[in-house]
Amino acid sequence: MTLAVGHPGFMSPSGVEIAFVLVGIATLGAALVTVTTRQLVHAALWLVVALGGLAIEYLLLTAEFIAWVQVLIYVGSVVVLLLFGLMLTRAPIGRSPDADSGNGWVALAVAVAAAATLVWVVVDAFRSTWIDLGGAAQGSTKVTGTVLFRHWVLPFEALSVLLLAALVGAIVLSKQGAPARRAASAKLGALSGLGALSKRKTGES
Amino acid sequence: MNGTLDVILRLVAVLVVFLVLPLVVGQTEHKVMAHMQGRLGPMYAGGFHGWAQLVADGVKFAQKEDVVPAGADRRIFQLAPAVSLLPYLLVLIAIPVGPNGFVGQAIDAGLFFVLAVMGVGVLGSLMAGWASANKFSLLGALRTAAQLMAYELPMLLAAGSVAMAAGTVSLPGIVQAFHWWWIPWQIVGGLVFFTAGLAELQRPPFDMPVADSEIIFGAYTEYTGLRFALFLLAEYAGIVVLCALTTVLFLGGWHGPLSGSLGWLWTLVKTALLAFVVIWLRVSYPRLREDQLQKLAWTVLIPLALAQIALTGIVKVVIS
Repeated sequence: MTLAVGHPGFMSPSGVEIAFVLVGIATLGAALVTVTTRQLVHAALWLVVALGGLAIEYLLLTAEFIAWVQVLIYVGSVVVLLLFGLMLTRAPIGRSPDADSGNGWVALAVAVAAAATLVWVVVDAFRSTWIDLGGAAQGSTKVTGTVLFRHWVLPFEALSVLLLAALVGAIVLSKQGAPARRAASAKLGALSGLGALSKRKTGES
Repeated sequence: MNGTLDVILRLVAVLVVFLVLPLVVGQTEHKVMAHMQGRLGPMYAGGFHGWAQLVADGVKFAQKEDVVPAGADRRIFQLAPAVSLLPYLLVLIAIPVGPNGFVGQAIDAGLFFVLAVMGVGVLGSLMAGWASANKFSLLGALRTAAQLMAYELPMLLAAGSVAMAAGTVSLPGIVQAFHWWWIPWQIVGGLVFFTAGLAELQRPPFDMPVADSEIIFGAYTEYTGLRFALFLLAEYAGIVVLCALTTVLFLGGWHGPLSGSLGWLWTLVKTALLAFVVIWLRVSYPRLREDQLQKLAWTVLIPLALAQIALTGIVKVVIS
């Protein structure tokens, strides 16, 4: 891609760049609170803030389409699914100290390693490429679609196969534990009528 | 300077629409339901045709005490109505009313923007249901989440069909590309979109999450006064947004006789007609059971939406 327009330097940041850094700091803060808070549902809600911040970062980089897809998929669906799961199992109000698995340090090490790898890949790939924010949008729907379906069709299709595999795996898993789950959902059904729902969910998903 | 003023004026206009239209829909609902069900109550306040009913409601809500339950998660409980209401304000910015830039802000990926932001509003119901520390509220929130997950997919697929037909995801662009024969072509997608939208708003007959005979008022059980009124306002704002979107995507928006000068009127008239249908459905259909809700979404709406996409694709290939 031909995004480079010379090197403007780091010493005279524009308004967009300052906003980008500030939103980045806020996003990082929200992400840290997400993994450190002792309240389960609060963690999920802080995740909304972190994912929303990421969407704003995409917007500032003129990748409008990606930003809205981020909101649609992650904030609108994944977090709702997460909250649904929490509420269906256990979501006490207040702290839940027993929710800590004790693997905090291992998780930290993995997170730092993953972050280092990703930062290294991005820095190595783009080095001193600068997006021209003044010109035509580099991340409009049209540009994104063209790049995705002309240059990156094969990885895109490979990802679909991966998702399909995950889907089939989920069906297999839900079929295996069917008798036990049916008994549990019958108990729930007597209480609230939700049994029919959970039975449907395990059957369909 | 002129550009800044222009943006501010547009945003103020969107805000005014946001404050007025949901109330108009609310008042219409009072009257239409009163006529259809032979109710005398809403016809009394203020004299002629009970015109002051809405004012009386507002005064009643403002007078009530703002109660937060002792066991509730205070901050999230108080934040939930705002999370529920604000997305609809943002969505209104992107909906085109008339030709030649008669829109709050033309957004390149407008279709994705409105669907994404509308989905966020459900988080408000989830937060309200969880933070209330009440089993009925929690059940209501669970049903809300289950309903959203089931109906989001057909809604997106139906919207995707229109985007394919128009060859763009910009809302003004979609209306621009509209021809009259799109209505029979996209009718199935339109019905799926409207039905799924009703379910997402939890309007009858899809109001299982707030079924009063089982779980009192679902996620909103513990709310009083103005915060409760904000949730009601979110519902009416949702009706306005859903009807406007259906108009823009499937009914041709501003297209009609004299669309050059009266385009905005056509959009409003079509939106108002759809809003009337929404109210009509409320008084004429019984509530669907939870399993019927899920069955309708997964076994009827999604296959229909997929069939519509296939049809759109075939016609698109044939005519191009």
